[in-house]
Amino acid sequence: MQQWVDSLIAAGAFGHNLPRELIYALFIFVFSAVVFLGVAFPFAGIVSWAERRVWARIQSRVGPNRVGPNGFLQWLADGVKNVCKEDLVPAEADERLFKLAPYLVVIAFVMPWAVMPFSSDLILADLNVGILYMTSVTALTVVGMLMAGWASNDKWSLIGGIRSAAQIVSYEIPAGLAIFPVVLITGTLSMQGIIRAQGWAPTQWFAFTNPFTFIAANILFMSALAEGNRTPFDLPEAESELVAGFATEYSGMRYLFFFMAEWGNLFIIGAIITALFLGGWQFPHVTDDRIVMNVLQLITFNVKVLFLVFVSMWIRATLPRVRIDQLMSLCWKFFVPISFVNLIGTAIWVAIWPQGNPVGGYVMVALFTALMILFVRRVIYYFRRSKMELYLSPII
Amino acid sequence: MGDVGSYFSDIKEAVTSIFEGMAVTASHFMRKPYTVQYPDRMPVRVQDTLPFRYRGILEVDMEICTGCLACERACPIDCIVIAVEKDKQTKQMLISQFDIDIAKCMYCGLCSEPCPTGSIHHTTEFEGADFSLESLMRRFIQDPVVAYKAKKGPETDPRIMPVLNRGMRYVDEWAQAGGEKPAAEEESA
Repeated sequence: MQQWVDSLIAAGAFGHNLPRELIYALFIFVFSAVVFLGVAFPFAGIVSWAERRVWARIQSRVGPNRVGPNGFLQWLADGVKNVCKEDLVPAEADERLFKLAPYLVVIAFVMPWAVMPFSSDLILADLNVGILYMTSVTALTVVGMLMAGWASNDKWSLIGGIRSAAQIVSYEIPAGLAIFPVVLITGTLSMQGIIRAQGWAPTQWFAFTNPFTFIAANILFMSALAEGNRTPFDLPEAESELVAGFATEYSGMRYLFFFMAEWGNLFIIGAIITALFLGGWQFPHVTDDRIVMNVLQLITFNVKVLFLVFVSMWIRATLPRVRIDQLMSLCWKFFVPISFVNLIGTAIWVAIWPQGNPVGGYVMVALFTALMILFVRRVIYYFRRSKMELYLSPII
Repeated sequence: MGDVGSYFSDIKEAVTSIFEGMAVTASHFMRKPYTVQYPDRMPVRVQDTLPFRYRGILEVDMEICTGCLACERACPIDCIVIAVEKDKQTKQMLISQFDIDIAKCMYCGLCSEPCPTGSIHHTTEFEGADFSLESLMRRFIQDPVVAYKAKKGPETDPRIMPVLNRGMRYVDEWAQAGGEKPAAEEESA
């Protein structure tokens, strides 16, 4: 991206008097605005609609289907409704912090998009510490949530904020440890470097390199769900106990910001897993045309990410919320030790086969396929047991 | 089984139960939702699916109203207002007003029971939402109507036929094999 701007400057697109830094700053603002308004914001909205439709089907309901074709514009209606609502600040609240908190949460949601590897060329900044940057800025959410919980001056909000802090800080550890096996194999932290070390075929993906990375991928996904406050780890906003947790006192636009960040974070969760373990944008080299290849890579990346987003919706509709002590014991007694075992196992694996073991990938893919066949058989078993007629159309 | 054993059996139990749970919810993607999309996406109108004795909004058939005021007297909340006067020249009973305030009506059905001809009866209509209370006042008479006088003799007046048919349908519906018996047979008799 920087090269492209440099070439534009060299071609004299902005005259010769403007300082280079000003043009860079201008491009940063323009691209941030494009990413935020053109990708992140609509994505968060559409996910809110898609999620409600997915839950509805799982619960034998229909879901929102009135606004626009199949309710597709429901997110716009909800957004307009929330923007039009009164922006209420409780009398006893710490007003400045209360007003600041939602923006911090949104900032933590927007910042990871800078290193989002959409395709081989389409990335705003390929930092050499890309994945480290990604995990650290997503964890900034905790500042906003704790601030919201404290500033609301409300017991529910405070408990929600404290829970969120405990949860996000704890789950950073297994998430970080689950990233290490990949870093061990590739020897780089750059998003593009990690993706380039994988191939388009599932056998070349890091999720199926060896058993340890497969477990690491699952642990990273679950830890990311916990960091994104998703069910079964949505304790900070547990409706049945805390009304809406840290967002209890919020209304209108500010409330919307919290939930936009939550839904938008789904994409970031999916993107981290996709880039690290599922081959990222890798697509077979079918043409030499750079633009066509980039478009194909963009589609590949988004399909993988959206599949993971769908899986997280599906998990949310399936699993009940865990208790706070179960949440902590899951993290410290299970995820952290298993992550260490993964790390050591991968280290031994890399020491034995420094260039990678080609057979390992095939064995892992075969085992995973067997697992999926078993899963499909269970699904068919449960469907037959329900004695209902087949209805596959997503539209009703 | 020691502590180590239970540690691993916990992991196994968690993984297998999540696996099974995901399979159960995945099977729901292949089922049809139960939701009835009232009111606009229905195969048939709800009114047509309601049982025959459903107590919906009241309706009066002015053709066969005798002007006996039985319903007005039966109404416990006085939502029926009837005005009957006698025409001096023709010596006929004239009904000049028959109003039912649906906003007050509590659908108890006490008015339709004493009616000698079945003129006042419930329909299966229930959607009474409106923008003003005034439009909930059902006025069944524009110009004064001559009250119906029951004929003597065995022949049935064709104007009462619909009411009788309605009653026969009631009998048919409940008298079918496997159908429930009406609970309040004596009351209506």
